[in-house]
Amino acid sequence: MSRLHEYLIRLADDNLILSQRLSEYISRAPELEEDLAVANIALDHLGVAMHLLSYAAEVQGDGRTADDLAFLRSEREYTNVLLVEQPNVDFAHIIARQFLFDAYQTGLWQALAASNDETLAGVAAKAAKEAAYHLRHSSGWMIRLGDGTAESHDRAQAALATLWRFVDELFAGDDLDAEMAATGYGVAPEELRSEWDHRVDSTLTAATLQRSEDGYQRSGGRNGFHTEQLGHLLGEMQWMQRSYPGLQW
Amino acid sequence: MDAAFVPGVAVVTSALSLRKILGEVVDPEIPVLTIADLGILRKVEEAADGTIRVTITPTYSGCPAMDHLRAEIERVLGEHGHDRVAITTVFAPAWTTDWMTSEGRTKLEKYGIAPPRQDPTEEILCPRCRDDGSRLVSEFGATACKALRVCSSCGEPFDHFKEI
Ligand SMILES: [Zn+2]
Repeated sequence: MSRLHEYLIRLADDNLILSQRLSEYISRAPELEEDLAVANIALDHLGVAMHLLSYAAEVQGDGRTADDLAFLRSEREYTNVLLVEQPNVDFAHIIARQFLFDAYQTGLWQALAASNDETLAGVAAKAAKEAAYHLRHSSGWMIRLGDGTAESHDRAQAALATLWRFVDELFAGDDLDAEMAATGYGVAPEELRSEWDHRVDSTLTAATLQRSEDGYQRSGGRNGFHTEQLGHLLGEMQWMQRSYPGLQW
Repeated sequence: MDAAFVPGVAVVTSALSLRKILGEVVDPEIPVLTIADLGILRKVEEAADGTIRVTITPTYSGCPAMDHLRAEIERVLGEHGHDRVAITTVFAPAWTTDWMTSEGRTKLEKYGIAPPRQDPTEEILCPRCRDDGSRLVSEFGATACKALRVCSSCGEPFDHFKEI
């Protein structure tokens, strides 16, 4: 398997899995406008995943299509970060998960827009605009929830406490990241951390919310070791293709 | 700079009539706009072997209209006797609302959607009464490209085609 292919897969999987999670929530948001927002954000992530998986399939050239890669891999073959597979729980969790991830992807896509790989740079330049818009939405809600009622504040703080353990993984580069950064195709995620800290802290201050500082951190997603949540998600996402192989719309 | 990527549509060699033909293809979600109005249609050229090469770019990464548009381009060219069509989707440079033609902006406003502003410091005008006072209801509207606002003067809600 080529290293570029592997790299594209991890970038794609973050977006594919988050898109699936967001889609589960459509029709359950607290107001119609947020149903539309969640649907649109899910669609943006799905589009990015689709373009990256198509390119990954092309790079590999072994006959597998983007759909095969999306629907016919096993759980261990998904290399998304653990954050994006975490369950929806309530609106505060959806917003907090999105906020932490948008702040990461905003920097990531800006950096990857300068990739030596022309196709990846093109997808990233497009996604950078969308991530900035997503971040504006999720930041606005973090502030509204955190600085809102006692109930909304507590829920937002609880969501942060639950999700904070998946933050370090976003910036924990491995051999593949280092190799891709060295060739100019990719970016070392460690370099995105300080800007992320700044972005997140300024919003949390406005939201009267605290970072969760118990120091407990989980990782493993990049190596295919997932929380139990992913299996359930894949069971639903892959059911159609597993039950009716080759089914086309 | 590649001549194909100037605002509007660059037309290469004898493809002028092809560009007109493709001007009939409309966006399924905003049917008053053609793909030329939107700036989605980036390049039309005829290869030596007669293949029509069409280059398009998506508005948003997940724009669900792209498959439909590819099929429409093939259908319309087919109706005009061009059976060999190759459609390429490019991402760079990323689509921007700056590429929407002024004709497209006018049609959009008549249709009831506030067009993207060329200068985002300007006020957004209500497409119904043209008042410049309105309030954002939602950053995301019925499609990815629109936000939902409500006019402070006539009180009607309206879509705003977001600048990106
Ligand atoms: Zn009005």
